[in-house]
Amino acid sequence: MKKENHSDTIAAIATGLTNSGIGIVRVSGSDACSIVNQIFFSKKKDLDLRTVPSHTAHYGMIRDGEELLDEVLVLVMFGPHSYTAEDTVEINCHGGVLVMKKILETVIKYGARPAEPGEFTKRAFLNGRLDLSQAEAVMDLIHSRNEYAMKSSVSQLKGSLSRKVKGLREAILYQVAFIESALDDPEHISLDGYEEELLGKLGPMMEELDAMLRSADNGKLVSEGIRTVILGKPNAGKSSLMNVLVGEERAIVTDIAGTTRDTLEEQVRLHGISLNIIDTAGIRETEDVVEQIGVSRARQAADEADLLLYVVDGSCPLDENDEAIMELLRDRKAVVLLNKTDLDMQVKEAELEEKTGRPVIAVSAKEETGIDLLEKQIQEMFYHGELDFNEEVLITNVRHKTALANALASLHMVKQGILDQMPEDFLTIDLMDAYGQLGIITGESVEDDLVNEIFSKFCMGK
Amino acid sequence: MPYVEETYDIVVVGAGHAGCEAALAAARLGLSTIMFTVSVDSIALMPCNPNIGGSSKGHLVRELDALGGEMGKNIDKTFIQSKMLNQSKGPAVHSLRAQADKQEYTRQMRMTLENTDHLTIRQGEVGEILVEDGAITGVKTCSGATYHAKAVVLATGTYLKARCIYGDVSTPTGPNGLQAANHLTDSLKAHGIELFRFKTGTPARVDKRSIDFSKMEEQFGDERVVPFSFSTDPETVQKEQVSCWLTYTNEETHEIIRANLDRSPLFSGAIEGTGPRYCPSIEDKVVKFPDKNRHQVFVEPEGLYTNEMYLGGMSSSLPEDVQYAMYRTVPGLEHVRIVRNAYAIEYDCINARQLKPTLEFKAIRGLYSGGQFNGSSGYEEAAVQGFMAGVNASMQVLGREPFVLDRSQAYIGVLIDDLVTKENHEPYRMMTSRAEYRLLLRQDNADLRLRAIGHEIGLVDDETYEKTLKKERDIQAEVERLENTTVGANPRIRAFLEKHGSTPLKTGATMAELIRRPELDYFALAEIDERRPELPADTAEQVDINIKYEGYLKRQQQQVAQFKKLESKRLAEDFDYSTVKSLRREAVQKLNLYKPASIGQASRISGVSPADISVLLVHLEQLRHGKGTV
Repeated sequence: MKKENHSDTIAAIATGLTNSGIGIVRVSGSDACSIVNQIFFSKKKDLDLRTVPSHTAHYGMIRDGEELLDEVLVLVMFGPHSYTAEDTVEINCHGGVLVMKKILETVIKYGARPAEPGEFTKRAFLNGRLDLSQAEAVMDLIHSRNEYAMKSSVSQLKGSLSRKVKGLREAILYQVAFIESALDDPEHISLDGYEEELLGKLGPMMEELDAMLRSADNGKLVSEGIRTVILGKPNAGKSSLMNVLVGEERAIVTDIAGTTRDTLEEQVRLHGISLNIIDTAGIRETEDVVEQIGVSRARQAADEADLLLYVVDGSCPLDENDEAIMELLRDRKAVVLLNKTDLDMQVKEAELEEKTGRPVIAVSAKEETGIDLLEKQIQEMFYHGELDFNEEVLITNVRHKTALANALASLHMVKQGILDQMPEDFLTIDLMDAYGQLGIITGESVEDDLVNEIFSKFCMGK
Repeated sequence: MPYVEETYDIVVVGAGHAGCEAALAAARLGLSTIMFTVSVDSIALMPCNPNIGGSSKGHLVRELDALGGEMGKNIDKTFIQSKMLNQSKGPAVHSLRAQADKQEYTRQMRMTLENTDHLTIRQGEVGEILVEDGAITGVKTCSGATYHAKAVVLATGTYLKARCIYGDVSTPTGPNGLQAANHLTDSLKAHGIELFRFKTGTPARVDKRSIDFSKMEEQFGDERVVPFSFSTDPETVQKEQVSCWLTYTNEETHEIIRANLDRSPLFSGAIEGTGPRYCPSIEDKVVKFPDKNRHQVFVEPEGLYTNEMYLGGMSSSLPEDVQYAMYRTVPGLEHVRIVRNAYAIEYDCINARQLKPTLEFKAIRGLYSGGQFNGSSGYEEAAVQGFMAGVNASMQVLGREPFVLDRSQAYIGVLIDDLVTKENHEPYRMMTSRAEYRLLLRQDNADLRLRAIGHEIGLVDDETYEKTLKKERDIQAEVERLENTTVGANPRIRAFLEKHGSTPLKTGATMAELIRRPELDYFALAEIDERRPELPADTAEQVDINIKYEGYLKRQQQQVAQFKKLESKRLAEDFDYSTVKSLRREAVQKLNLYKPASIGQASRISGVSPADISVLLVHLEQLRHGKGTV
């Protein structure tokens, strides 16, 4: 079978993300060894990952310049004898989620790019490492991972960040369209003195990108955690449950500073598992998803969630609203909470379990009983791999950060181009690159944006 | 009933810029070819602007010339003014534009056609295409004659069910009052071809004697004219040129237009066709850009032996009296007399999604089409499509491989790919911004890019091709020499650098490094470059560009390498995408509608995501190894 000659090197976290145990950052592609070699430091002075024998493990440290990131074991496999059939390096680390993420970012900084959803498997298949009978599974994987990534990359993007990125994109596109219309119709539109003007506009754009990148380091671009939506009829006790979860002593509540106004997310940490309890402005105000905002909105919230917590008021019988909610649970990860055990129970645990096919936990949000069972349940689902949320979310963060950094680098090139007195048509190349990179964040492709902008903003033609 | 019946290899319907190139290409490849026109006097007619080339269109003409087309040679014979646009910008956007003597242009092209072997010119209206078992077998004229053919190229331009409109006057004619082609549409529809209705427009032609040029700015041609054709000796095109003139509309003009908008067929809804955004009528401009208090008007001669002048920038479909009133507000046109009114024209054209990248209809084997009929606009866009359609029709008849240019090879490739892949809702015009690899697709290197292909097709002779090969070798040798020639930090060099405001050298540097400095170039370095060989101007220009912009060029070459990977993965025409279950539904619909020729083309269809492409790649691989080839 012919080997696909992919020139670029990809990286991602290859294990599920838990805060304990060993995690693997996998790097695959022709530069895998040389990239990791630059950040891996062994006690053996002359160790060079590019020349070690295939399938050998090496102990050492990962550093980014002066900064020590983790103590790791690095496994080197040369193509074609690796999962992807390309040169592959696996960095086994044990410092938890944040360290793994940092290592991944460092690998990307040194020349890898974040893997697309399902890309390792795709490469493995295209390089003949997987059996043909697995093709369907590979396609399904790409499909589902991508659907997930699209959801997490766009819907989890913080409102203000998304607005900033969109604003920058518009500003860049306008400049490109201006240059292009002048190139297309030089007798109508003049570029005299324009480079000065563009230089003036680049400064603030670059500052803004820089600020976004810093906030990406400090906080997060999108929230990493199990996206959890609480569903239930009015007065079922959803807010009480949320308050109990948030208000627990061991829970940490963070309002992610400076990143959002229009979407609030309460982040709750349970035994090292992050729950992101999503509370859109609407949901928060009305408290009631099903009735006030309507089933469609609830469905949307459910669609974007990793985990649904369905709160049932045990003190009154099930009705058509409950039926509608149960419909939403279908094919989704969910835990059913039979609330108000402190009152007279009209609904039975067994009945509910049969109807929903989900684990049912009896709780009293009011008296804070049964909450420990819920936590245990979530924990179990997580460690059994039933909740496999966060690698995509996390890599989404890394992808976004990479895109911001690339966009900034492109604008630097534009600036350099102006200083080098390059003609304007060269500047548009890097401007469009920056535009495309920012589009990765907002999930928008380039298509015919430029031509449309030219025609709508500038008067041209005979 | 007796009727005429003849047999040809190839029938070309239409004798505009597309039809001429198609017919010439086919006949020159030795195929017996017949070209139909509603009027032999309207061969290669320029019914709108009196020029060839311009931004990005100049690129098309040069590419066509490199491949063996005729347009470049014809304009070199008949231009009356020539200008290289964007000279202060980068080399990729330099664009040649020449004013033509319209009549002379037509006459010269006709002469070329009439003296081409294997080519028959026939006046008559084709009313039907003849199709058997999904393959074309010929055409039938409205007079009842049948012409059998192995392939047919449709190049009907703006003539299909054409209607010319201004004010409430509407005449069922093609451009310039020529006879429209009213029957073919029905035959096309009967064979399942989907049609659009597009519109475009043209300004008035006025009498030169009624213009006061003292109120206008004179626009001269270039002092040194660069020919369009790589085969034209530059010395033969240095001749006396005529001027164009620049004036402006003003608020008074705009007032008149605004006051009469209700009488415009565009705004009243009498025109249903979709017009181009890049070539708006003056009323469109006034409505869309209300803040602009003036618009440019270029007054251009239509030829040497006519007093007619073209009012570039003021196309319109307003009523006659309003046209007079608005034109007369423009400085220099106060007493203008109109020879021909401005008008809008509506016509039938196809949804080009029905075509393969070879410009053959997916559903009808042997039927090709080119030009405005495909939904483009412009003489140059038409010419290159006509050429490609004519060549591909010929390749099919000759049993040879089809000929497709991709987006990294030529503007022609970009144009055709856009037409057949993207949703097109207005007449499509070429623009340099549509070419993603435009630094590589320059008008100055069209010969280096495409001569070899033209030679392989058989439309570029050995001698011409050999010249290009030599140019290539010379460029390469000279670039190598400059990369390897070091200059020292000596007083002579210091003086030279100082003179050009360039930083002095601390250590030695190569000539190439100096050329890359913003304030220097290959030509400036001549005085410190003793061993420089004598090279033709166009070769020297290539050396300069290749060195000076090396970094950017390399980046684009890398992008092209990526692009080519997907482009080379072919997809079967009859593949049913609904059998791939992991594709998103929208992607399945679009892919089944467009039936792309390659994964690359699939990736450019709107609604097909990168993940869908990944899924397709995996599927393709599965088919390749599991169930035979795709």
